[in-house]
Amino acid sequence: MNGMTQFAPATAEIFLMVAACVVLLSDLFLAERHRIVTYWLALAALLGTALCLAGTAPDGRVVTLSGAFVADPLSQLLKLFTCGVVAVTFLYARDYLRARDLFKGEYFVLGLFATLGIFVMISAHSMLSLYLGLELMSLSLYAMVAFNRDSPMAAEAAMKYFILGAIATGCFLYGTSILYGVTGSLDLGEIAQRAGELDRLDIHILVALSFILVGVAFKFGAVPFHMWLPDVYQGAITPVTLFIGTAAKIASLAMIYRVVVEGLGELHGSWADMLAVLAVLSMAIGNIVAIAQDNLKRMLAYSTISHVGFILLGIMAGSAGGYQAAVYYTLAYVIMAGAAFGMIILLSRRGFEAEAIDDFRGLNARSPWFAAIMLIVMFSMAGVPPLLGFYAKFAVLAAVIEAGRTWLAVAGVLFSVIGAYYYLRIVKVMYFEAPADTQPLAASLDLRVVLSLNGLLVLGLGIFPQALIALSTAALR
Amino acid sequence: MPTNLPLLSILIWLPILGGLLVLATGDRRAPLARQLALAVAMLTLLASLPLWIRFDPTTAAMQFTERAAWIPAFDAWYHLGVDGISMPLILLTTFITVLVVIAGWQSITSRPAQYFAAFLILEGIMIGVFSAVDALLFYVFWEAMLIPMFIIIGVWGGERRVYATLKFFLYTFLGSVFMLVSLIYLRVASGSYDIPTLHAWPLGMTEQMLIFLAFLAAFAVKVPMWPVHTWLPDAHVEAPTGGSVILAAIMLKMGGYGFLRFSLPVTPDASQALDWLMISLSLIAVVYIGFVALVQNDMKKLIAYSSIAHMGFVTLGLFIAWRILDNTGAAEGIVMGLQGGMVQMISHGLISGAMFLCVGVLYDRMHSREISAYGGVANTMPWFAAFFVLFAMANAGLPGTSGFVGEFLVILASFKANFWYAALAATTLVLGAAYTLWMVKRVLYGEVANESVAALEDIGRREFFVLSILAAAVLLLGLWPAPLIDAMAVTLQALADHVVQSKL
Repeated sequence: MNGMTQFAPATAEIFLMVAACVVLLSDLFLAERHRIVTYWLALAALLGTALCLAGTAPDGRVVTLSGAFVADPLSQLLKLFTCGVVAVTFLYARDYLRARDLFKGEYFVLGLFATLGIFVMISAHSMLSLYLGLELMSLSLYAMVAFNRDSPMAAEAAMKYFILGAIATGCFLYGTSILYGVTGSLDLGEIAQRAGELDRLDIHILVALSFILVGVAFKFGAVPFHMWLPDVYQGAITPVTLFIGTAAKIASLAMIYRVVVEGLGELHGSWADMLAVLAVLSMAIGNIVAIAQDNLKRMLAYSTISHVGFILLGIMAGSAGGYQAAVYYTLAYVIMAGAAFGMIILLSRRGFEAEAIDDFRGLNARSPWFAAIMLIVMFSMAGVPPLLGFYAKFAVLAAVIEAGRTWLAVAGVLFSVIGAYYYLRIVKVMYFEAPADTQPLAASLDLRVVLSLNGLLVLGLGIFPQALIALSTAALR
Repeated sequence: MPTNLPLLSILIWLPILGGLLVLATGDRRAPLARQLALAVAMLTLLASLPLWIRFDPTTAAMQFTERAAWIPAFDAWYHLGVDGISMPLILLTTFITVLVVIAGWQSITSRPAQYFAAFLILEGIMIGVFSAVDALLFYVFWEAMLIPMFIIIGVWGGERRVYATLKFFLYTFLGSVFMLVSLIYLRVASGSYDIPTLHAWPLGMTEQMLIFLAFLAAFAVKVPMWPVHTWLPDAHVEAPTGGSVILAAIMLKMGGYGFLRFSLPVTPDASQALDWLMISLSLIAVVYIGFVALVQNDMKKLIAYSSIAHMGFVTLGLFIAWRILDNTGAAEGIVMGLQGGMVQMISHGLISGAMFLCVGVLYDRMHSREISAYGGVANTMPWFAAFFVLFAMANAGLPGTSGFVGEFLVILASFKANFWYAALAATTLVLGAAYTLWMVKRVLYGEVANESVAALEDIGRREFFVLSILAAAVLLLGLWPAPLIDAMAVTLQALADHVVQSKL
């Protein structure tokens, strides 16, 4: 491809970048009382991006921009999903930010730039463009975590996130440079070619892999690189936590898929055991430590860690089924996490953050409908059928057993049983205890509607799971 | 009635959708919610009757089958069907649910709509368990049961309800996940989730052993077998009356059903190799738990332990097959053991349900389950006493009641295997009579114990109705068990023929 046509597959990214700049500029000229326009512009930017994506749906796999950019069904699916998730995040965030005098255009602009970074990561076909996207996303997220600048906790979380994140990206870069030394290329296609010729116990490739996986594991929040995650989840304002817990997880999935699976898939024998260790540790630490948490955001942070363990197990399986399961699990997790953090936003109001588990006490008496939504989400995260989370776990377990590692599957289900306890705790306080807080829920209609749909999606995709499974399967065909 | 109606789908989804409707009615319009719940339960019972009337007892194949694509990506099908094992259990479910709805009519005052909705949804899910022919579908229904039951015990239970319901959930969840792993393993090996295919699939001995143990973890907890029975007394004691009835009458049968549907036919050689384990655990349940029941002060706890002992008979009947074969060299006794187990399951469903309802009647009036709080109840509640004595006799296995048939068949089958098995199993006739009748004596007879007992009112029309229907069922099944035994004869014969064939 040459001339302008080589840019065509990246239309959505180009549009998103321009749109984010337009939102940033127009926000400067808006009076405080017209700030809502920024919100609508941000949503319009996402909608436009989604339309661009739909209009440039790749027919198969297209590598362009001198091998730096790839458009394939997977990138299409993940990007569209990211658009939707970010739009929902903005919607959940709007009233929350308003009620706390934090309704500033920067939240939306940073969100859009982070989305752009995620897009670049999803479509990366070279270690360099991957790194570029990673940094764009990370820098936006660091700033977003510190968004509430009067909060010492947020500042601490942002510092932690930034420093640890810098170390992780440093590791990633170091691994990349060794990989370059071994394979002589940054292009993932060429790396894949050379990797096929390497010995799987070659010391150089093992060192490169270790450093790259440290970077990936950090972004995912896999044990033992999870230290930042609980503090950031707790310290950031909930709409930012929501962003990190959902859209950023799609980016992490894209990162591991592009580098480890597409680039170094031939070396499955080298990285499978590394991933197995990360996965088992994540499931163990995540599930066990979550039991001890009283803060819901912290608990969800540890629950994220355990879910990441499952996603890594899917990748570890090393088969098409395993990769599909990992993609499916990530999408399912994003839907569930969106609803869970949405519930925290729903219950919070000016001067009151519904972050403690006790704040959900007696919710069934206050609002049977939203108690039921939370019940669905919690049982789904615990992996109880007929809810979405069960099929996600199931797909991963099936892939792991098919790969002949039945004992890892047994470990996975055992830790899920331990994990069930803390999800049940939420249901317990909602249904079996009397409310401590009797204030009626104050949330706008669109938040209620979208949150309800989000929760019902967890149930609907549980009774009819084929839709989402088919999407993930088709993306990796 | 047209013959092409998707009867099983109706039976599953009618109560679930009806339950959602009841939920939507809301607690503020409780009377309407109650009537709606009763209407849905009655309709489901009516809809389940054709299952019995049009059931063809001459074939062991699945009947009333439905098959539709569900998750093509996993090759899992929405595949339903019933045979002689599941048909009676589905009828038991629809029958008991109606009674539970009626029994909760007045005694449930907090959140009645949610209460009735939970039971209706649970009913649909349980029917789904009994009618699933696809292993993944089975598992989905199997686990889904936990959600409404968790809520039922936790919201409407007694003082220690939170502890009891968490224990119940985690115990059963832990047991089930091992089953999930082995189902996936079977799918990888055989390429299908279709249960009849799994039955026919050859497996090596090591595989069979591991799969058998995984199934055992799931089913033994549900039955429950000693030593994983400890959740049951807690759950029973703390659950509301309706919850106890459903638990005892139907949920415990899930374990026995699982053995019949999965363990025996999928892993026959492992079942044979480990039958010493199953027989010992069953006999321990019968004898040891019988003694434990004897010393209980709490009526619900006593009935809970008696349930465990009675379920020991079920597992004994199911796993005695190979000993009979070894001892007599003939396969005739095997079916007798299986039949005994099945009849015992149905009969125990009726009797334990009735016993819990009786305790519920007393609890509604006195708010105590302690045996010592009562005494001389027969003086103030003669009608109630008559029913209670009848059900107690049935629980003790008196001939003429349904309790006798199952126990008798299992003991008879045990005699064919080994005299000592039969002798130990038969101790239940003494122990069962001892703990049940001793409780009856202390609660019903003697002088009126205190003023609250003196002030008791006899059962009302609603309670009379529920108990008399159960009494009729217990007597009918005891005097004329032939229809039930005939309906399952062919299916059980086919199962018996299948399990004695080695898969190695």
